[in-house]
Amino acid sequence: MLSRVASALYWMSRYVERAENTARVLDVAWRMSLLVKEPQLQDQEWFAPLNITGTLFPFAGRHDVVCAREVLHFMALDPENPSSIYSCARHARENARAVRGAITSEMWEVLNATWLEMQQMDEDKLRSRGISQFFDWVKERSHLFRGVTFGTMLRDDGYDFARLGTHLERSDSTARILDVKYHILLPSVKDVGGAVDYYQWSAVLRSVSAFEAYRKVYRDVITPLKLAELLILRSDIPRSLHFCMRQAADTLDRVQNAQSAETLRQAGQILSGLQYGKISDIFAAGLHEYLTEYLESAQELSRLVQASFFSSSNIATQP
Amino acid sequence: MGGARLFNEMYTDERAVRPHYAAFAEWLEQTPSARIAQNRHAAELLFHRVGITFAVYGEASGTERLIPFDIVPHVIPGAGWERLARGLSQRVRTLNLFLHDIYHDREIVRAGRIPAACIDNNAQYRREMVGVDVPGGVYAHVAGVDLVKHSDGEHYVLEDNLRTPSGVSYMLENRKMMMRLFPELFANQSIRPVDHYPDLLLETLRAVAPAQVDNPTIVLLTPGHYNSAYFEHAFLAQQMGIELVEGQDLFVQNETVFMRTTQGPQRVDVVYRRIDDDFLDPLAFRPDSMLGVPGLLSAYRAGRVTLANAIGTGVADDKSMYPFVPEMIRFYLGEEPILRNVPTYLLSKDDDLKFVLANLDSLVVKEAQGSGGYGMLVGPTSSRDERERYRQRILDAPERFIAQPTLALSCVPTYCGDALADRHVDLRPYVLSGLDVSFVPGGLTRVALREGSLVVNSSQGGGVKDTWVVD
Repeated sequence: MLSRVASALYWMSRYVERAENTARVLDVAWRMSLLVKEPQLQDQEWFAPLNITGTLFPFAGRHDVVCAREVLHFMALDPENPSSIYSCARHARENARAVRGAITSEMWEVLNATWLEMQQMDEDKLRSRGISQFFDWVKERSHLFRGVTFGTMLRDDGYDFARLGTHLERSDSTARILDVKYHILLPSVKDVGGAVDYYQWSAVLRSVSAFEAYRKVYRDVITPLKLAELLILRSDIPRSLHFCMRQAADTLDRVQNAQSAETLRQAGQILSGLQYGKISDIFAAGLHEYLTEYLESAQELSRLVQASFFSSSNIATQP
Repeated sequence: MGGARLFNEMYTDERAVRPHYAAFAEWLEQTPSARIAQNRHAAELLFHRVGITFAVYGEASGTERLIPFDIVPHVIPGAGWERLARGLSQRVRTLNLFLHDIYHDREIVRAGRIPAACIDNNAQYRREMVGVDVPGGVYAHVAGVDLVKHSDGEHYVLEDNLRTPSGVSYMLENRKMMMRLFPELFANQSIRPVDHYPDLLLETLRAVAPAQVDNPTIVLLTPGHYNSAYFEHAFLAQQMGIELVEGQDLFVQNETVFMRTTQGPQRVDVVYRRIDDDFLDPLAFRPDSMLGVPGLLSAYRAGRVTLANAIGTGVADDKSMYPFVPEMIRFYLGEEPILRNVPTYLLSKDDDLKFVLANLDSLVVKEAQGSGGYGMLVGPTSSRDERERYRQRILDAPERFIAQPTLALSCVPTYCGDALADRHVDLRPYVLSGLDVSFVPGGLTRVALREGSLVVNSSQGGGVKDTWVVD
């Protein structure tokens, strides 16, 4: 498979996944802000999406206050924000367009139609249509794309690189969501059992579609320890770090080449930590420290993937 | 070629339906106009969703437009097509023989049939190709021959496109759309299929791989997704199951072409290139080209890779070479041409120049090197001002222009708003040359949507129709 094509497929999937995760994060922030009654605390909720996506600085550069309206616009519709849902839809479609020959017509049509509809969207339409409905739409388009990919794409390297993009992006996103909310997961005497905590915790679960899975797995009330265990260490939750990294490592194993030994080692090392880790150890050492380190090694893995598979300089060596 | 009455493909002069349109006319009469309107709308939505668009040069980059699609087909009777097919095959075989000849022994020049200057002074004549042997002696693997039907009911060749003719994806998509929207039309008559074009193309490309290559790796080389025909490049690559590559994906080492893959370099044997000669190899042609592959020409000349079409085919489809094609057919095949040429004035000749300048209002004047309908003067529909400005351009460099009588292109009824009106069409069949000449019946029909307009190019407000060869 052409390196340029592999790279475009990988980024195409990453952008679709990023759009979906942003929609999830915003949706939760929106729902949470509706629960809080004091206006100044309402706005507090809107720091989270900016922190999770790492866009607080660019946002602050252009906006004075952090409030629902501004953050929603910035993260959903702003063409100037490279990680807005709008921009992700555009980048996903542009990558797909550059490799149309390598994806199925159905995959292309999903991304193209999404982009056409996205361009019609503005703030008024967002409100009249309903904000949660908009996020549902984004999630549905992403589900549709994944389903069409699963259902139509030839199982070759192209499929593998597309899936690799999805899983690396998703593990990154789940880790960020947990990290931004880590303070609410730390045991603190006065809040334990409080209604606010319950909503906060269930919101985290809902943002990664794991609320029902939690109930099924633990048949218990929500506790921070179990919640973190579910999203970090469980191998059977599709948005957990373990699950995503297992998929990524398996994929890398299939597409490996002469330059990819270090990439595979890095993936294996991250995976083994997740496979044999204990949640009590993670909490004892500090959840925030753990997640920070995880995000750094995941970033290093992305860099290695780029270098060993997509970089042309690496491959233009002797045949 | 007098300006007689227009030839209508669907109706006789007495407004009776011609036999090959009978089934369609009956369907048109019986189908509620609401259903037709609804399906015309559906077609537009589908083309948008599928993303069958083309970029327009000169507009903001990335502008994508839809080519208007009309649901009334251009129908050709089977017997008429057989004759066209013989003529096309004859013409393209000749052009390939001509290209081989002028890059080798130049027998046609030595026989005095074509002046040496016509070839040597032609900017499209590539000296790099002299003495180079290409597999099977095939230069123009894909030719798009533009045909029009004049008021005398005869087909004329307007031009032979031998470089990188485009549009075949529209031919395929138009058929798919018609079958999707109006399946009943295909059920109750025998319309010859066209869907196997990608198979024929792949077969053609495999047949011209360098000798000793058993299972050739074939790629389609595109300028990239900002090119106006990118959709088509991606479409064809996908249909044939070959890699769609850009210049940056290829490199040349030891006169061999490789593509950069995730598994390391992989040898490439045949390049179906949709990039003009000038941009193919910055070492040999335009050094500023970012689209090409440095060293490609050296690999090509060494016979290590096949380019389709070959380098240097432009000399044979040039408008200044066009008047000689009938003579070429007699010279190489010893046959009389089956398809007619439009009488053509070469403005490099004094007599022709004088005549053309005196008759600008009734002629079509084109640049010999131009394409895409840009920069031409259509005498009868031009203003005095336009003619005067064009006269000045001609006088500045007469050898750059040719002129032809204004053809009365045939008409096919076409939806304009909700009513049908007669609009001019042309036809571009795609002729493939590998071991043998092959093609699918019909081709791409382009239609001039503006009333009275003769310009069918998509960049100039043209639309497209499905083309049926019926038995």
